[in-house]
Amino acid sequence: MKQETPVVWPSAGVSEVPYRIYSDPSIFEQEMMRIFEGESWSYVGLAAEIPEAGDYLVTMIGRRSVVITRGPDGAVHGFANRCAHRGVKLCRQHRGNARFFVCPYHQWSYDARGNLRGVPFIKGVKGKGGMPEDFDRASHDLPKLAVTERNGVIFASFAEPPPFESYLGETNLRYFDRVFDGRQLSLLGYSRQLIPGNWKLMFENIKDPYHASLLHVFLVTFGLFRADQESQVQMDDTGGHALLISRRGEQKKSDATSDIANLREDFVLSDKRLLDPVKEFPDDATVVMQTIWPNLIVQQQSNTLALRQIRPRSPGAFELAWTFFGYADDDEAMTTRRLRQANLMSSAGLVSADDSEVIKLAQDGVDQYPDHVGVVQMGGRGTENENHMVTETAVRAFYTHYRRVMGL
Amino acid sequence: MSLDPLEQRRLEELYAIYGELLDDGPLEDWPSLFTEECTYLVVPRDNFEQDLPLAIIRCESRGMLVDRVRSVQETIMFEPRYLRHQITNIRGTKRDDGGIDVIANYLVVEVLPEDLPKILSVGRYLDVVVEEAGELLFEEKWVIYDSVLVPNTIVYPL
Repeated sequence: MKQETPVVWPSAGVSEVPYRIYSDPSIFEQEMMRIFEGESWSYVGLAAEIPEAGDYLVTMIGRRSVVITRGPDGAVHGFANRCAHRGVKLCRQHRGNARFFVCPYHQWSYDARGNLRGVPFIKGVKGKGGMPEDFDRASHDLPKLAVTERNGVIFASFAEPPPFESYLGETNLRYFDRVFDGRQLSLLGYSRQLIPGNWKLMFENIKDPYHASLLHVFLVTFGLFRADQESQVQMDDTGGHALLISRRGEQKKSDATSDIANLREDFVLSDKRLLDPVKEFPDDATVVMQTIWPNLIVQQQSNTLALRQIRPRSPGAFELAWTFFGYADDDEAMTTRRLRQANLMSSAGLVSADDSEVIKLAQDGVDQYPDHVGVVQMGGRGTENENHMVTETAVRAFYTHYRRVMGL
Repeated sequence: MSLDPLEQRRLEELYAIYGELLDDGPLEDWPSLFTEECTYLVVPRDNFEQDLPLAIIRCESRGMLVDRVRSVQETIMFEPRYLRHQITNIRGTKRDDGGIDVIANYLVVEVLPEDLPKILSVGRYLDVVVEEAGELLFEEKWVIYDSVLVPNTIVYPL
């Protein structure tokens, strides 16, 4: 049965976005059900995080904790992180290696596939107690996830989405394979932050190149992202996924930077090793930001590579979990370069700090004015691909897909 | 070898000034508490314990500290805030080369304009302090935070 929601989308369509969708609890419930527990592939981890049989990691799909394991046969599995008996959270570590997953409460145990293998006192003690005669152990396995892996990146779902390749679409798959080209990945580390804003604001942020050349004074100052560079914004057929593709410029004023009042043309780094980017991909793009519905941002900014996983917590808060990586064949200089450039990113990032701060301010505003609507009209009202950065087309495309999935 | 009372007092003075410069400024004086070739790292406990090299702030010289300060002052957009460092359990051990290995606890409380005070970060400092021209300076400072999860944004150094 379709639940009634308190939102009526403006007749103007996706060039306007009602603020209520960022704060309403019933909208949030619907999002978790239809988007995160629906026909979507959520990013859950890297194969490099669970290389050996028995390795596992605990992550989130939407609000739900899930366990991703590598079984004795080397295959990757996923299941709900809660005991079939009384609902107790099974895994309490972020990651580890285990042959069985044993609930701390009554020691029900499960294998790497999430199959129930042991129930203590199932036959009772001294002829007393025990499970009923017709208790069927096999029907109490943990809810299993569909799992797919592409070039070392693992996605999972509570439903049965189409194959990952067709889910992503041709162009987005090509750019996904640009970073994940089959080389072995090496894990550099994690950074996690709790951002007091609605999860969609994070996606909007990465799909909006209009802000990048204005808000991010550091990026513009050092020419890492500018409105006057050759760029592309490309979506898949649904609009759910998007690519922002651009290239580096110079540290000097131009038409594109004259609008930025506080551009620091005189800011010269005391230690230039912080920004020492080298070309490492076959094409000329130096920044590719890919957003994959419903929970992933793939970041290539110069030589800093990261996956940002969105973990919604409530209408007004989400966790952003960053996984920084390189390639197993990186030399020491490249690893050091990636680690230095990581200064621009994550919870203390010289660039991304602007985003987490502005998302908090956005939430402060939309929370208080739920009946108002936001304007998304830079670059027109359509959802076409564009070859410039002065556009919000990918935000409109996102909401086209969102409305379809949400029935709004 | 443990420190004598005078050395302990000098060390505690260094940490008092460290907190004061970050909380009350001038922030641009903060790098002067470090040696030229210093290392300053802010690392989630998770990475530290698994030997993963990623730091959320990685400065490999005093120059990088200067660049960080200038970015805070001139390029990053953030809500105004007050920080208050509590640095306790400062314990130094003298090394053969004259440097001091230091372990200390820290707690940083953050106050945003419309909010009650909250804990921004809690963890350990793992430091190496050396004497240069009669001054105690940080040659190495590792800030290992316990929470893994950061409440929104870390703007000022910890």
